[in-house]
Amino acid sequence: MELSRRRLLLGAASSLALLAAGCGSSDDSGDDTKAASTTVSDADVEAALQAGGSITVWAWEPTLTKVVADFQTKYPKVKVNLIKNGSGNDQYTALANAIKAGTGVPDLAQIEYFALPQFALGKSVADLNTFGAKSLDGTFTPGPWSSVHSGDKIYGLPMDSGPMALFYNKEVFDKYGIQVPTTWEEYAAAAEKLHTANPKSWITSDSGDAGFTTSMIWQAGGRPYKVDGTDVTINFDDDGTKKWTGLWQGMIDKKLLAPIPGWSDAWYKGLGDGTIATLVIGAWMPPNLESGVKAASGKWRVAPMPQWASGEKVTSENGGSSLAVTEASQSKTLAYGFMKYATVGDGAQSRTDQGAFPATTAQLNAEAFKSKEFPYLGGQKANEVLAEAANQVATGWSYLPFQVYANSVYNDSVGKAYTGGSTLQDGLKAWQDTSTKYGQEQGFTVK
Amino acid sequence: MTRRSWIGWQFVAPFLTVFALVFLAPIAYSLYLSLYRTKLIGGTSFVGLENYSKAVEDPQFWSAVGRVSLFLVVQVPIMLLLALLIALAIDSGRLYGSSFFRISIFLPYAVPAVVATLMWGFMYGSQFGLIRYLNDWLGTTLPDPLAPNLVLAAIGNITTWEFVGYNMIILFAALRIVDPSLYEAAAIDGAGQFRIIRAIKLPALRGPLLITTMFSIIGSFQLFTEPVVLKTIAPNAILTYFTPNYYAWQLSVGGQQFNYSATVAVVMGLLTMLVAYLVQARAVRKAV
Repeated sequence: MELSRRRLLLGAASSLALLAAGCGSSDDSGDDTKAASTTVSDADVEAALQAGGSITVWAWEPTLTKVVADFQTKYPKVKVNLIKNGSGNDQYTALANAIKAGTGVPDLAQIEYFALPQFALGKSVADLNTFGAKSLDGTFTPGPWSSVHSGDKIYGLPMDSGPMALFYNKEVFDKYGIQVPTTWEEYAAAAEKLHTANPKSWITSDSGDAGFTTSMIWQAGGRPYKVDGTDVTINFDDDGTKKWTGLWQGMIDKKLLAPIPGWSDAWYKGLGDGTIATLVIGAWMPPNLESGVKAASGKWRVAPMPQWASGEKVTSENGGSSLAVTEASQSKTLAYGFMKYATVGDGAQSRTDQGAFPATTAQLNAEAFKSKEFPYLGGQKANEVLAEAANQVATGWSYLPFQVYANSVYNDSVGKAYTGGSTLQDGLKAWQDTSTKYGQEQGFTVK
Repeated sequence: MTRRSWIGWQFVAPFLTVFALVFLAPIAYSLYLSLYRTKLIGGTSFVGLENYSKAVEDPQFWSAVGRVSLFLVVQVPIMLLLALLIALAIDSGRLYGSSFFRISIFLPYAVPAVVATLMWGFMYGSQFGLIRYLNDWLGTTLPDPLAPNLVLAAIGNITTWEFVGYNMIILFAALRIVDPSLYEAAAIDGAGQFRIIRAIKLPALRGPLLITTMFSIIGSFQLFTEPVVLKTIAPNAILTYFTPNYYAWQLSVGGQQFNYSATVAVVMGLLTMLVAYLVQARAVRKAV
């Protein structure tokens, strides 16, 4: 969970996965000849688990360690090698390189939702329809479930999700008499009130973050990316995008955003001492606060994400990852067996208990989950708010098939809006141009 | 007697093998890569010199080259002048605790660049770093060293701190091997310290200064670690094409454009060789 989002900021990637498709895959091992052509039933998967074998998993999600141990107790003949090969982009690079080299490819890899289309397009990850993954319809919440789809194909199983919510420092709000904002208008007003009352305190920090921006545009109704196979449309000139840039540009102009880069030491410190009063971020945040911002224990609370019109109930996803079976895997059936255990079986419950934010409806709607009190959040039953947010995620969003690259150069163009050399809307246009150019160079039809 | 003896080759074989493996092979591979282009859709194709013509017209590449060139002409003279002054001061023998002084100036060189940059990054912080404390204490608003217009100077400061001691040691070592009898002779002729510096020490330093200049030119063109580390705390000031090496790295890691990345690396290698050659040729001509 920790790190769930850090890689969004790092920007580096693996479109390579795409080219690798050709060289990486071969289905010539025992259980895979079958997997490639026919549908593998649940019974086949169970049989493979009983027969045993060995699989390698690349993931940085910490809750998987216990899942692997439990899994191996349940299926003693299966050996799972859990390897942390860096997180986010570091791992994608390693994965892409392994796929290109054709050796050392893991059977399963953790891949974030925004990066999955890239691996899917290059057929680096296997279509799970072979295993009847379609029957899992309804098992997962709509946001993550649509994120692992590409057309009819299913390229991964959701591991966690990040519906957005408003995390706020209640102590700061109380001190300056600020009401919890329910709309963005109120949020901007609160930002001004707070910063006027204490110039060393800001409503939030932002110095340009592609993951945050796209999630905000998503909620505002913007759909800048349209992807149909290799036909891609990029357009940041739509109303949803403008809604967000209008709000945020105003906050930048009035210097209402702390110029503290996310996930830096200063950021953690600022979250702890009241310098940064709120965070609009994915539901996976609480464990990060607990471990990274110990100083503020008991001060933070969770509220629904502010809305564009009062009374609305719309959220978007921010971060979150899936597990995917690589096309190069020699033990796909076994890999699928573990993956299912970790994402919908006992593993899903175990990971939820360990603090992960579930993508499965069963865990999300469980009474014990909803009524869990978070001591860090002053005893608040935060999951009530977060689970509701998960059910309100707006549909129809898609990421670019080269989103990882696009995110990595985000600050080159949009960053200028934060240092005073440009505006968000112009910055996004420049980002659109860079992404378009890259897409065209890579053989996509980009409009 | 036409039999050729291979004994000599056998002696140099270990070196040649390693040399070919770690030096020639990567260069050859880069050259090979630079002649192709790989697309996500469409695969790999031979494109001849197209990548090179692209590099020649690539504003991001030239902006990176411009940045390190500016860095080179400003930072390197400052650093070498400082190193020279310190070396002369220590060599003058008029300094108390000169060996402590020497070690402490040299010590930053032993600090890994990543650690040094993190440390300086903290001091540069205007939210929670030293700058903030200075501002609070003095009631001032110091300019943010990590702002886009100052970040290059901030990096120059870090590299100067890191490498002054290293260059100073090279210069100081050269001064130590000057024959003391020259100083005696100069003293007998009535030469003062500054006259000695001009007539004996500086000429003795010509070679070492050339070497340190060469190292510094190469070091400037290869600037990489400092900007990469500072990127996390100054995401909008450090662009992904901040220096040529950063750009080449971003192209391959961020964009998976290995072919173009190799091209940028080859062009940059040639540029570095050219500049180093010009500087050396000029220095040698002067010496004659």
